[in-house]
Amino acid sequence: MQFLIESGDVLLEGFLATLRMLALTVLFALPLGVVLAGMRISPVPSLRWVATGFTELLRNTPLTLVFFLLVFVIPRLGPIIPFPVSAIIALTLYTAPFYAEAIRSGVNSVPVGQAEAARSVGLTFSQTAVHVIIPQAVRSVIPPLINVTIALTKNTSVAGGFFVFELFASSKRLANSYADETIAIFLAIAACYLLVTIPLGRIADRLEKKVAVMR
Amino acid sequence: MTSVLYDVPGPRARRRSLIASILTGVGLAAGLAWVIATLAGEGLFDYERWDIFQDPLVWEGLLVRGLLTTLQVAALASVLAILVGSVFAVLRLSSLALVRIPVTIVLEFFRGMPVLLMMFFILILFATSQYWAVVLGLALYNGAIIGEALRSGIVALPKGQREAGLALGLTPLKARLLIEFPQAFRAMAPIVVAQLVVLLKDSSLGYIVGLQELVREQRLQAEFFGFSQYGFSFFVITLGLFLTVNLTLSWFARRLAARTPGGRASRRAARRAIGESADTTVIRTAGDGRA
Repeated sequence: MQFLIESGDVLLEGFLATLRMLALTVLFALPLGVVLAGMRISPVPSLRWVATGFTELLRNTPLTLVFFLLVFVIPRLGPIIPFPVSAIIALTLYTAPFYAEAIRSGVNSVPVGQAEAARSVGLTFSQTAVHVIIPQAVRSVIPPLINVTIALTKNTSVAGGFFVFELFASSKRLANSYADETIAIFLAIAACYLLVTIPLGRIADRLEKKVAVMR
Repeated sequence: MTSVLYDVPGPRARRRSLIASILTGVGLAAGLAWVIATLAGEGLFDYERWDIFQDPLVWEGLLVRGLLTTLQVAALASVLAILVGSVFAVLRLSSLALVRIPVTIVLEFFRGMPVLLMMFFILILFATSQYWAVVLGLALYNGAIIGEALRSGIVALPKGQREAGLALGLTPLKARLLIEFPQAFRAMAPIVVAQLVVLLKDSSLGYIVGLQELVREQRLQAEFFGFSQYGFSFFVITLGLFLTVNLTLSWFARRLAARTPGGRASRRAARRAIGESADTTVIRTAGDGRA
């Protein structure tokens, strides 16, 4: 137990770094996801194609490779980016299509009849969107958005393999210094991740049930 | 195409959307041209950056040592993950609290932490090779997720299935294994395959724990031949290889989903249970929610 107190600082620092990275990525990836989703459900075909292409490309590329591009390949071509920044860019690029997909399927889950009814009582497009579609879509969008965020939380660990100090990197550092306490370190680090992922999962479940009752 | 958001477009809307299409097309073409020009300006398309790909030994390294290891790891982990998942699913539904509760805790534990962390600690706790650390990490993590999908598949089956089995005199476990599990597995097959695509992508995490798979292999080769000269070329080739394999698998999963019409509703429930599109390539078929 002694070592946990000694290593508490490293652990806490790593945990905070992970949380910071998570928050910043959500901050950038969510708006990008909204834009991508907007493009994918827009009536303009070329916008749809661009967004679909981007989504397919990034969803079929391993996150490791996206990190590799930003950490090793791009700096050789010119712009020198600090590692934590490349990590956030990589995570944002990788996560935004997943957010977009969650939003898109949420909007599409609103029955067409709702919009048809709104139009037939004379609501304009913006009224239909603001008063009828969006309030219903938001409800079914939030649980999948939370699930994407859970996956993102776990994905931040990849940054630890690319020179960024966060929770996973701190586990490597601790495992090196305290070789005989490996199990305790493992459990402590895992607990930090679970501290984020399990409550988020619970919230998503609860919201899911609420929405299910209403439809 | 009718969408929730707009009606079938009329002539004016069509014209407007055509103009918007042309504008984005031009903008995109300009952007791409700029990127290509910049890259060409850096000399990235010069012959001397690509000449080594004429050497069959380079390809042998990439394909045999790199891609083959990646595929091997993924294949082995897939088989194990499906086995682990099936066991988890059945145990988690056990009527014995003594079995159910610990299994639930273990499942939550495995599902909630990064695979990478699991691989790393398997590596140092059990002093395995990198190969087995990656295989076992992937198998346990994805097994937990597949288990959750199979479990919700079982839960979504009509009650009568189990009741009929019990009425025939099967024991509860036999009814589970012989009646419910096979149906749930077939209904969930597309989700399982989609998760296997994720597994394949995640096998590249082996790069971080030191396994010589595709990403590491291309890096080693690029560094051997000179990273500043060949780094970009190797990256492009590697990306191409990954996309080919993953898109083929995704296509297969989509086809499988189209051919497994049974259990669309339960699949939707399962997607929710495992967190749809959390990291899964979403598979959609004609009737499977309007896409």
